[in-house]
Amino acid sequence: MLQQVIISGIAYGSIYALMGLAMAIVYKTSTVPNFAQGEMAMISTYVAWVILTSYGASFPVALLGAVVVAALSGITLEFAFIRRAKEPNVLNLIIITLGFQMILYGLAGWRWGADQKRVQLPISDREVIHVGNVAISHLSLATIVIAALLMLAVYLFFNFSRWGTAIRATQQNRVAARIHGVPVNRLLAGSFALSAVVGAVAGLLVAPITTLDPTMMWDPILKGFAAAVLGGLTSLPGVVIGGYLLGIIENLFGAYISVEFKSVVAFLIIVLVLCVRPSGLLGRHYVRKV
Amino acid sequence: MEPFFAVEGLTRRFGGLIALDNLSFQVDPGMIFSIIGPNGAGKSTLFNCICGLYEPDAGRVLFQAETITGEKPHRVARRGIGRTFQNLELFRHMTTMDNLMLGRHLHMRSGVWSGATMFHRGSRAAREEQEHRARVEEIIDLLRLHAARDRYIWQLPYGTQKLVELGRALATKPKLLLLDEPAAGMNLEERQDLIFWIADIRDELGVTILMIEHNMQMVMGISDHVLALDFGRAIASGSPREVAADPEVVRAYLG
Repeated sequence: MLQQVIISGIAYGSIYALMGLAMAIVYKTSTVPNFAQGEMAMISTYVAWVILTSYGASFPVALLGAVVVAALSGITLEFAFIRRAKEPNVLNLIIITLGFQMILYGLAGWRWGADQKRVQLPISDREVIHVGNVAISHLSLATIVIAALLMLAVYLFFNFSRWGTAIRATQQNRVAARIHGVPVNRLLAGSFALSAVVGAVAGLLVAPITTLDPTMMWDPILKGFAAAVLGGLTSLPGVVIGGYLLGIIENLFGAYISVEFKSVVAFLIIVLVLCVRPSGLLGRHYVRKV
Repeated sequence: MEPFFAVEGLTRRFGGLIALDNLSFQVDPGMIFSIIGPNGAGKSTLFNCICGLYEPDAGRVLFQAETITGEKPHRVARRGIGRTFQNLELFRHMTTMDNLMLGRHLHMRSGVWSGATMFHRGSRAAREEQEHRARVEEIIDLLRLHAARDRYIWQLPYGTQKLVELGRALATKPKLLLLDEPAAGMNLEERQDLIFWIADIRDELGVTILMIEHNMQMVMGISDHVLALDFGRAIASGSPREVAADPEVVRAYLG
């Protein structure tokens, strides 16, 4: 029983970790907490669904379509809204992302309606594999594996590629990065695109478990944000660990204490973390010079 | 002949304040060209206009016979203009090595894929990485930054941080290097070393240097040419000796 609860906690945690990671990627480069992240993922999932059902295309094509639309939505947010803001402070930027979130939410409701749709992935969420005395569905297993691989790739990209170094440099000192030949604007657009792609994968993985509708990402994005706060928004491994921890804690709470209050645990954790250790488990607190 | 570097009629206003007022001058290759002037004379504004952080209201900047006015900072950097800042602008949460490697960024070609699949030492990406590291090592040798190499910037003393910033600018392999008060905050010994290094950078690396500096001992010691600014205008220009004796300069400095 305990192992079963933990394993399914890890599967949920993978989704939270992906959403948290998507937020952390943008936050690390531009210090914007992007509250449109969930809706960007929702739109991408709709696109995949349209490609699958209306055009009858195969899943890889749908995945590709979703990834492309996600990247475009990220670039649009950065290029059309964030970059236009005149000397914005963090609050202005948050308001911009909230505005973009509402635009996307309205757009999805207008185009596809508020009714719930089913997304069929080629991976079943009914068939299970037995490992010891634990049963795990194909979809959960795939979620765990895909999320882990994607997060590993993002981590390696950030820490060992030249663009990763440039992103870290941009976050620490934008002017100096510019002067040393880093095209900062393009880099920011690129990191918004990357984060949207990570979010889109999370959206596709979560869609078969929940259902596809305009509010589908509300829960995952809030949990992802909670995971990011728990682990520390500035540390990518921290965010991922926060995601897994949150998934497991939530599931344990649901199994042994109260199913009704399962969803509330995340917010209790946010409040506790902000009181006790505001920079999160692994996050560093940057003190900004004025 | 087209000048190596020139500023023509450069003007920049901030509201009613004229920071640069129709300023013109030229720099020949291989020179150490110093700019002096009291606080607020427009020296740093000039640097910001050259490297693309500010757009001038009028006039143009010429580099190697091309107009570079209004280009984005990263394009200007690509052309071979490097700079340091008056107040340090380092990546504080990165090591000295990473700061210097970032300076190599604009010379790096390998994409994410070839970098990630760098399996053997002979591959193109591996050779490129080795070449960049070798360049950075040369700079570490030149500025004697060995002890600081793998330490985070915030752990280093101020004088060393200034040197890392100089090294990072050198890592971009500039043809023209803009130094904004390189000796500020340095003690006498560090300043003496800096004078030698700046001369070395010019003589051994063939970099032309445009420098803003307040320390007159340093300016007089190494400059080939000195330009004095006041209220955004050139009030004197010539050899260090001529400028130091100029009555306008004496008046501007001593009131």
